[in-house]
Amino acid sequence: MKRLATVAPAVCVLSATGCGGWQSALDPQSRGAAEIANLWWIMFWTTGVLATLVIAGLLFAVYRARRAATADAGGTVQDRERRFIFLAGAAVPALLLVSFVALSVRTGASVSEPPGDPGLRVEVTGHMFWWEIHYPGYGVTTANELHIPAGIPIEVRVTSADVIHSFWVPQLAPGKVDMIPGRTNRIWIMADEPGRYRGQCTEFCGVQHALMSLLVVASPEEEFQAWLAERAVPEAGSDPLSLRGREIFGEAGCAACHGIRGVTVPEFSGSPGPDLTHLAGRETLGALTVENSRENLTAWILNPHHFKPGVRMPPTSLDGDDVSALVHYLESLR
Amino acid sequence: MNARPGTAEIHDRLDRVWSPPRGIWRFLTAVNHRVVGLRFMVTAFVFLLLGGLEALAMRLQLAQPLLGILSPEAFNQAFTMHGSTMMFLFAVPFLEGLAIYLVPLMIGAREMAFPRLNAFGYWVYLIAGVSLYGAYLFGYAPDSGWYNYVPLTGIGFRPGVNIDFWVTMITFLEVSALVAAVEIIVTVMKHRAPGMSLDRIPVFVWAILITSFMIVFAMPALMLTSLMLALDRMAGFHFFNHAAGGDPLLWQHLFWFFGHPDVYIMLLPAVGVVSTVIPVFCRRPLAGYTLVVVSALIIGILSFGVWVHHMYTVGFALVGLSFFAAASMLITIPSAIQIFAWIATIWQGKLHAIATPMLFSLGFIVLFILGGITGIMIAAVPFNWQVHDTYFIVAHFHYVLVGGVVLPIFAAIYFWFPKVTGRLLDEGLGRWHFWLFFGGFNISFFPMHIVGFEGMPRRVYTYHPGLGWDGLNLISTGGALVMGAAMVIFLWNLVVSWRVGPSAGHDPWGGNTLEWATTSPPQSYNFLLVPIVRGKDPLWSEPPPDAPPFQKRPGWLAELSEAPDLRRDQIITSPVTAEPLGRAIMPRPSLWPLWLALALTVSFLGAIATLALVPVGLALAFVALVGWHWPRDEPLDDESSGIEDTPGNPEPAGAPFGAREERRPDRWDANE
Repeated sequence: MKRLATVAPAVCVLSATGCGGWQSALDPQSRGAAEIANLWWIMFWTTGVLATLVIAGLLFAVYRARRAATADAGGTVQDRERRFIFLAGAAVPALLLVSFVALSVRTGASVSEPPGDPGLRVEVTGHMFWWEIHYPGYGVTTANELHIPAGIPIEVRVTSADVIHSFWVPQLAPGKVDMIPGRTNRIWIMADEPGRYRGQCTEFCGVQHALMSLLVVASPEEEFQAWLAERAVPEAGSDPLSLRGREIFGEAGCAACHGIRGVTVPEFSGSPGPDLTHLAGRETLGALTVENSRENLTAWILNPHHFKPGVRMPPTSLDGDDVSALVHYLESLR
Repeated sequence: MNARPGTAEIHDRLDRVWSPPRGIWRFLTAVNHRVVGLRFMVTAFVFLLLGGLEALAMRLQLAQPLLGILSPEAFNQAFTMHGSTMMFLFAVPFLEGLAIYLVPLMIGAREMAFPRLNAFGYWVYLIAGVSLYGAYLFGYAPDSGWYNYVPLTGIGFRPGVNIDFWVTMITFLEVSALVAAVEIIVTVMKHRAPGMSLDRIPVFVWAILITSFMIVFAMPALMLTSLMLALDRMAGFHFFNHAAGGDPLLWQHLFWFFGHPDVYIMLLPAVGVVSTVIPVFCRRPLAGYTLVVVSALIIGILSFGVWVHHMYTVGFALVGLSFFAAASMLITIPSAIQIFAWIATIWQGKLHAIATPMLFSLGFIVLFILGGITGIMIAAVPFNWQVHDTYFIVAHFHYVLVGGVVLPIFAAIYFWFPKVTGRLLDEGLGRWHFWLFFGGFNISFFPMHIVGFEGMPRRVYTYHPGLGWDGLNLISTGGALVMGAAMVIFLWNLVVSWRVGPSAGHDPWGGNTLEWATTSPPQSYNFLLVPIVRGKDPLWSEPPPDAPPFQKRPGWLAELSEAPDLRRDQIITSPVTAEPLGRAIMPRPSLWPLWLALALTVSFLGAIATLALVPVGLALAFVALVGWHWPRDEPLDDESSGIEDTPGNPEPAGAPFGAREERRPDRWDANE
């Protein structure tokens, strides 16, 4: 299978250079995020100038009062002061606020709707502490890495299987939306250009809230369709070691939480662990915790808490050969 | 007795009546408002230090990506305890303590309206705080945020006792806030000195009064919702379980219906402190007193209509959210009015020197403006969608709460420390404290705005490198260490000055409110004679020409001041015009408040172990209430309360207010 991008995210994730800002709200890559960034700059300059003036006024007042011979609070002074306080404190902010409320409503209405019919609908379900991703109509279920076509709006329907999470891809979406059990919320995302974008859970969801991140890969339409078509047909190795690995997958209890299409019970959506049907096609393990390599996968299976303490997957006590077989099998799942 | 007793004689008599008992018994039975208020403040200050240590631990963990100083569990307990401590155990109780200490002094009263309730409130607060920290010590601290969102805190996801401690102890704690609020309201309404009509109430007392009303309306929402969660967790109810028809959003509504007013419950008294400090150092009355008071009132009301701005991202329609956006932004107006009132006060004032209370007040204004403008921004719905639950929010509310609450609290400590202890804090150390704290704060929290934009969510125990967060987080940690150093200096200053600081005299700042008319520290009875108030700034004012006759008399009311029948009594005045109405007999020290607090502890803390302990505690509480309300064997003194018959006529012939000798022996040790 062809890799869609040249930069492995784990390299990004684990190196101090190279990808700074790929989760930045001030580097918008879609209309929704851009309009909100504009709103911010308008508010920043308006209130920034006003705040500077007020603080300057305060400092000047202090300077004046330090030099004054005596305090002056006679009747006429107090009347004048009251007028000043009322005008400066009520009238000016009132004008400002009316325009801010108007801007808030206008921008809010504008970014709430996608710029055209959504070209694709995706369902994302929050779990402790990973993302289940489902492409309805295509029979594709994956996890933690959301592939989308670039240049067209995507409707994302979010909910949660356990506690409240929040879906946030700052560069692509008009903000974030909470994933609440029992409710389905909608948000649209769009990537103007193909590329790799990062999102993260923003509602505290338990011990590993910190390491619940999301990779969004936007690719040209044809490339995305090809990716989707590949995912529609599960692939697995059929050599003896893979078959042995598949047996271990069942015997060791992996299947109690993880689904593999064609192997475990079909409708396994909502399982406690990520669907592994296309595990080998994923770039990271543990929702962007570590790069998906043979060594990391082996270590993860033996003790995921080494990478992500408190994660719900328990350590396993398989012997070396069994783990090798299991990893060999998992690495054949594309 | 025709001849009036001398001041020394009055002092002896009052002191005999009002002095607390000695020894351990005093510790357990004290009900005096100054004792209780000081206990609140000292305890809250200890919690401030603990909350600060938790913050430092978190900052160290976040200094670099993927550090292992705190485990995820330890970090989650730390941020939960930091938030709960600062909100529930430090800010609100400290300000309540300040109010309990100061309000009677500022309004010229001898005692709060319900002294035993006061003591009860303190015991409840102490027990709840110590229980939470006791749980923390053993690793059972709550770990799901100070806002404790369901379903994460439901029994299914958090089966341990960690959340139980939060649910029961926070509910218990709010009992303390509620009783303090109720008695502040009654004290301010019924025990103001004669002549202190509504338009002459000191602005700090106004702020506390408004705050108390807010507590009465806001805290029940929190108590209700944490009780509902307790029932879900302990008794199998399903208020918040969506699978059984409950709704997790119900928690958020009820919590923030309390939570947002709570911000102003902390802010308004702090702002009241600043409105008190600035005029004193500018040597003039507060500009726009009425506007400032009305602004505080409007903030109090508006704060109940903005709770949904904590919930912009839960998926509500934009139309509904816009209403809350507009309401949230409206709060800017009364806030701006207060800011301009302070600027105007300084503008026409005379600052001899910028003493530490003034310095902290000025620092407060600057940080409050900066926190205020980010507050306007995050009220804008789409912008909030982007930065909600990121470090931008962390930066915003620390500017508002540290700038807006902690700095005024420090100003209050420097300002009233001389009144409480009779000694001045060291000004030089105070300046170091201010500049290190103010500088460290900005170094620590300003970068958080940026790191929030860069995508860093709140409540993460660590983060990956390569996201542009590393340098900014390191700077934040450096700033936090500077703040820590400032607090060490402050603590040193407090301890040393309390023991050997220079004597302050009764009125080191030339204050305008009544607490400066008595000794430092005040005598057991606060005021030797009942003061008469003739203007907004009683110690600065001349009587207005159209004042009622009794207010025109210079000096103090000698009558009703002498405890003639050797009981704790104090004057009752009318709520609006503060005309004398009669006398209230105040209770003596009592053990029942402690008993009642312990009895309820059996219920609340016991519920964590088994619900069977709840009725046991209630039975013990019943015993306490019987004892509490047992009729006192002292006869009621009908004669001396005879002025109740003639309200509105403050100088009836032969009544205790009849014109007799007038003096101004405002301090018992004045040489006469």
